[in-house]
Amino acid sequence: MILTKAQYDEIAQCLVSVPPTRQSLRKLKQRFPSQSQATLLSIFSQEYQKHIKRTHAKHHTSEAIESYYQRYLNGVGRNGAAPVLLELANEVDYAPSLMAPVILERFLQEHEETPPSKSVINSMLRDPSQIPDGVLANQVYQCIVNDCCYGPLVDCIKHAIGHEHEVLLRDMLLEKNLSFLDEDQLRAKGYDKTPDFILQVPVAVEGHIIHWIESKASFGDECSHQAYLHDQFWSYWNRFGPGLVIYWYGFIQELDCNRERGILLKACFPTDIVTLCHSVA
Amino acid sequence: MAAVLESLLREEVSVAAAVRWIARSAQSSEDDPGEAAALSSLRPLRKEFVPFLLNFLREQSSRVLPQGPPTPAKAPGSSAALPGRPGGPPRGGRGARSQLFPPTESSSAAAAEAPSARRGGRRRGPGPGRERGGRGPGGLEEGVGGESQLWPGGRRSRGSGSPGSPSLVRSDPPNLSNLEEFPPVGSVPPGPAGTKPSRRINPTPVSEERSLSKPKTCFTSPPINCVPSSQPSVPDTSPWGHGLPPGCRSLQEEREMLRKERSKQLQQSPSTTCATSELGPPLPSWTGNLTAESADPARVSSRQRLELIALVYSSCIAENLVPNLFLELFFVLQLLTARRMVATKDGDLEPSPGAPDSLESPLFQSVHDCVFFAVQVLEHQFQVLSYLDKGTLKLLAENERLLCFSPALQGRLRAAYEGSVAKVSLAMPPSAQAVSFQPETDNRANFSSDRAFHTFKKQRDVFFEVLREWEDRHEEPGWDFEKGLGSRIRAMMGQLSAACSHSHFVRLFQKQLLQMCQSPGGTGGTVLGEAPDVLSMLGADKLGRLRRLQERLVAPQSSGGPCPPPTFPGCQGFFRDFILSASSFQFNQHLMDSLSLKIRELNSLALPQPEPSDEDGESDVDWQGERRQFAMVLLSLRLLAKFLGFVAFLPYRGPEPPPTRELQDSILALRSQVPPALDVRALLQQGLRARRAVLTVPWLVEFLSLADHIVPLLDYYRSIFTVLLHLHRSLVLSKESEGEMCFLNKLLLLAVLGWLFQIPTVPEDLFFLEEGQLDALEVDTVASELGLDGMPVVDQHLLYTCCPYIGELRKLLASWVSGSSGRSGGFVRKITPTTTTGLGAQPPRTSQGLQAQLAQAFFHNQPPSLRRTVEFVAERIGSNCVKHIKATLVADLVSQAESLLQEQLVTQGQDGGDPAQLLEILCSQLCPHGAQALTQGREFCQKKSPGAVRALLPEETPAAVLSSAENIAVGLATEKACTWLSANITALIRREVKAAVSRTLRAQGPEAAARGERRGCSRACEHHAPLPSHLISEIKDVLSLAVGPRDPEEGVSPDHLEQLLGQLGQTLQCRQFLCPPAEQHLAKCSVDLASLLVADHIPVLGPPSPRGLERGQARRLLHVLLSLWKDDFQVPVPLQLLLSPRNVGLLADTRPREWDLLLFLLRELVEKGLMGRTEIEDCLGSLRDAQWPKDFSEELATLFHLFLAEPHRPEPQLRACELVQTNRGTVLAQS
Repeated sequence: MILTKAQYDEIAQCLVSVPPTRQSLRKLKQRFPSQSQATLLSIFSQEYQKHIKRTHAKHHTSEAIESYYQRYLNGVGRNGAAPVLLELANEVDYAPSLMAPVILERFLQEHEETPPSKSVINSMLRDPSQIPDGVLANQVYQCIVNDCCYGPLVDCIKHAIGHEHEVLLRDMLLEKNLSFLDEDQLRAKGYDKTPDFILQVPVAVEGHIIHWIESKASFGDECSHQAYLHDQFWSYWNRFGPGLVIYWYGFIQELDCNRERGILLKACFPTDIVTLCHSVA
Repeated sequence: MAAVLESLLREEVSVAAAVRWIARSAQSSEDDPGEAAALSSLRPLRKEFVPFLLNFLREQSSRVLPQGPPTPAKAPGSSAALPGRPGGPPRGGRGARSQLFPPTESSSAAAAEAPSARRGGRRRGPGPGRERGGRGPGGLEEGVGGESQLWPGGRRSRGSGSPGSPSLVRSDPPNLSNLEEFPPVGSVPPGPAGTKPSRRINPTPVSEERSLSKPKTCFTSPPINCVPSSQPSVPDTSPWGHGLPPGCRSLQEEREMLRKERSKQLQQSPSTTCATSELGPPLPSWTGNLTAESADPARVSSRQRLELIALVYSSCIAENLVPNLFLELFFVLQLLTARRMVATKDGDLEPSPGAPDSLESPLFQSVHDCVFFAVQVLEHQFQVLSYLDKGTLKLLAENERLLCFSPALQGRLRAAYEGSVAKVSLAMPPSAQAVSFQPETDNRANFSSDRAFHTFKKQRDVFFEVLREWEDRHEEPGWDFEKGLGSRIRAMMGQLSAACSHSHFVRLFQKQLLQMCQSPGGTGGTVLGEAPDVLSMLGADKLGRLRRLQERLVAPQSSGGPCPPPTFPGCQGFFRDFILSASSFQFNQHLMDSLSLKIRELNSLALPQPEPSDEDGESDVDWQGERRQFAMVLLSLRLLAKFLGFVAFLPYRGPEPPPTRELQDSILALRSQVPPALDVRALLQQGLRARRAVLTVPWLVEFLSLADHIVPLLDYYRSIFTVLLHLHRSLVLSKESEGEMCFLNKLLLLAVLGWLFQIPTVPEDLFFLEEGQLDALEVDTVASELGLDGMPVVDQHLLYTCCPYIGELRKLLASWVSGSSGRSGGFVRKITPTTTTGLGAQPPRTSQGLQAQLAQAFFHNQPPSLRRTVEFVAERIGSNCVKHIKATLVADLVSQAESLLQEQLVTQGQDGGDPAQLLEILCSQLCPHGAQALTQGREFCQKKSPGAVRALLPEETPAAVLSSAENIAVGLATEKACTWLSANITALIRREVKAAVSRTLRAQGPEAAARGERRGCSRACEHHAPLPSHLISEIKDVLSLAVGPRDPEEGVSPDHLEQLLGQLGQTLQCRQFLCPPAEQHLAKCSVDLASLLVADHIPVLGPPSPRGLERGQARRLLHVLLSLWKDDFQVPVPLQLLLSPRNVGLLADTRPREWDLLLFLLRELVEKGLMGRTEIEDCLGSLRDAQWPKDFSEELATLFHLFLAEPHRPEPQLRACELVQTNRGTVLAQS
């Protein structure tokens, strides 16, 4: 699961301009059978997000919105049951779940008296039944269930995965008899930055002292790791000293370069843990 | 002055009398009347004697020591009043005879020229052209041009000429970097002009061996702006960061010059070696061409004269009449290791036969004379020598010249060496741990607003980011602090708007400073100006490696000679540069406040006060702890004081003193208005009175070392200097009596004070003050009390840590060894890492009259560890008590508050009224209970303290002592806890209740209702259920397949669906990994799935079923879903979505339409109590409002009627449904 930069680049190369659908994901699995599905999905998702971040703006110009809306209207005018919106998104290389609110907002502007608020839009995306137009509701729903990188369902899955891994990690810590404070306890004490776990007694992992552990249920690529370093890991270091980051879906080997500095990367719960009193195999 | 020396030499006056005469103004009864007469005539000159003597010795030795660093003579030829003192005699007005180099104010022109001289280029030829001008107010214009001033910072070096050769003796500040100016002996071109000795010992920039061991700077403190760089590649390393004159060469360049020079020397060597080495062939292993003459006791000329002067000189040293003890020792060791005599112009070398004992003839006529003199002085200074480190002692004991001239001294040194305790430990690698987050000071409650809290959060991260970047990059060539980090730092400082944020940031800054720079282990030697003498370790002739090595070293050589200027080595540089780059007035002010507070706190910290008669004394294990603690406090104080000095004097700091007297006076008038940043004078006086000089003076010296040029002239600081001078004079090492300061304590003070007197900004004539002022200053110490000064708190290690420049002695000796034998003479400087335990605040003292006195008295006769233990226990138990009260009493009150609030909410309805009002009501009810805190606190301390004391004291502690200790601990702990509690308990309760109220009110929100009661997994659960994320993902795939678009071969197998719902059941039963949002999504997805089942929209895999799922399968699946909704979901399931137009509309697309599953579902929902009939009716009602195809509307209406018609008996209802549906033709009988 720990990939070299070269291995990672090979995978990333295959993801250029691929729509975020389950079909694409299936092809990717066939192309890289040795990699775990979760790792591939994580990489896919991150690469796609990078792509969207780069191109996001061009889909939100008023010209673009107008043109998409017209294409949508034409499409559903021809056949309301066809996947008009989904195909439009794929054609213009934008995430279906992100295209949906663009059209929805435009639609509501046309049909409602007051311009729709963000929260109304979001609520309609979570529950398309609220969308006053049946055809549009179906189109939006289709976009959301077919998008494997964006949308409320995907967000929920990601959140759930993160939560599950924190629980897994907590169980492992309990099993190893390592006492810790979790995020909620830390927040209650007023800590301004809180890793998932702070060890009450530091341990050594592979010879490196660690004070805290952060669980990341994603693949550690350069972009996300740099962002995490800046927003989280160094902040933890600044407050609690050196620590351990577990990228459950692996990471790029070359990124594990701050060990001496005090940030250790692992793709699983470490086995080589030395505690103050005794060594745990 | 020479007259005094002459009369001494003529034995008219005894040495003892002479020294008494010098040291004290009044005549002593011991004095012989004749002596007194001889001396009294010379009275006006008395105070000029020492400077004269020092300069005389330097001049006399100038031909012997051209290669060593110069011994500075911060000894003005006259004791003219301090510059600028109103009413003082005009400076330099003494005339040229006694004062060839009157006190001069360096001008900016001279300053500007310095760099070019450093850079090389033979600016000054030997001879008259080398005189330098005096430009001070009223001073004589002596210089004839071509002068060079190495110390633009006001380092003025003067000397008085010897009467015999006034024109020859010129005191020039050595320009050691200038190889052409001060060529090594071997390269001195022969010829009359070239052989004239420069008048001081200073000359050569780099001796052969030392050239390898360290970058040469000058002996005395170089100008503040030309600090030897500790980071060769960084262009700007002056303590002030900015304003580096262009001439300050980087170390790199100096190395380059050195290399060139060396190759030049090598080329020249053949001829010069022959010309100068007259005594035997050079040893084969000698390096370079600088062969040393061997010294022979038999060839010493005028022994008696040398002995006598050595005695006078030694006496002056012993009486602390010289400014810097170690400087003189350095000078003496230079004499000891002198290589050869420089041949001078005709006759100069020859002793004049007529007056062998006068000053007319040179004092040192050969290397033999030098060595003889040096050994004589060393014999007198044996006591000091014996306290030097083991390495120095070894080198001394092994010095063959010393052995040859005084086997007795050598024997004593060897014995001292063998008796010395080796204390060599290597520096630990720096561990830049960050200051940890402390909720007590750092959490939201400590900030005025959320915004301030979050700003500080960001600032902490930016600060460490900057620090990390500095660590990574400051050694890179071309990297510049200001360019690299300046704007980021200022942007960060710009966000610190609130004063409270400043204090938070300053606390962080100061803590990090202490953490990184204070522990010697932290930044290792670099902090303390030390670095392993790697170059000398390497051996003398590894020049090739030099460059590479140097590139690798953080601070190749951070101590520049025996009197280095104040620098900010290692990590200190970061903090200095940070302050400079931040250039924030507010920050500086807060920093000064904080530093001052910490200095006061540490300075008054109760440190060990053991009985001096404590038999265990030194060996006691406690003593190590005491010493370590003292060292920690001392080092922290020095660091803090240095930064305080830096910041406090920063606005006034300039490279030069004011150019004119008028300007100076006006500045003085202004500055005397400004109160000092910290009342150091009061602290000094307190320190002296409490006999804690050994703690106070070293940090005060650090503080003053960063003062600007004006500071020593201000009355306030002048008086401090006067006290320090007085102290310096009083620290006579040979005096050992009851109540005296310990030897090493004295040595430390002498070393730091001596160093201070050489700092460029301190006027050199300050040392040779009018005695009247000295006598007037008697510090009244509390004689009865034995303060820290009398405790052996300073050990050798601390001495060397504080004064790394003492190590220059060893380097000098090592260079002699390496020079003469080719062996490596270096070693790694020892630094014992000290623990970085935090220094707690001073424990609170009871102030309850007699009891307190009794407690003090009790401790007085007990080992200090007892007191520390008791105080520690009291402090901790007191603090724990408060925490305990918070966790018990306050927590109880908070839960009471919560239940009261609940009641309130029930009685008053959901909103419960104004939160502020609620809070007031609750607090008025609960705060009175706070009074219990004191009772409970007392109980807690009573219960906990004795056990802790017992566990920490030795088993053998007598019962009575133990019980007293326990009682005192209980008392102190109770006092601490109760003081805090009585002051804060109400506020604490208020705060906690307030938090609870807002928590409860938040919990009343709609979300909370949705959360409801949650069950956990069953006890037997092993948490093996599929993960929620996996299930959502799987169901999402089914949904996307159902909604399409899909490939023709895609579909779902019925088994898979069944399996999926089974897994969903397991997941919902095992709650281990389930979080509410995931469950909500699962619920919604399950409803979507049901709708698709009802509408028969699930594409089924495989050939047998062309129309999707069999009805029976679908019904089974719906059954499973219904039971999941009923029994397993703990979040509300959005069942009404089943009847949303969108989901019902799915049916509209199917041909033929089948309503049975929907009706079945509705019936089951009602039966299972998942939805009420009316609820369903409402949904169906609103469904009719939507726009449907006509036929669909009709069917829907029928369904609606059917559902309404048979509310009570579902079974027959189904049949009725079928009947209806037969009309539509596609009824499917239920199985």
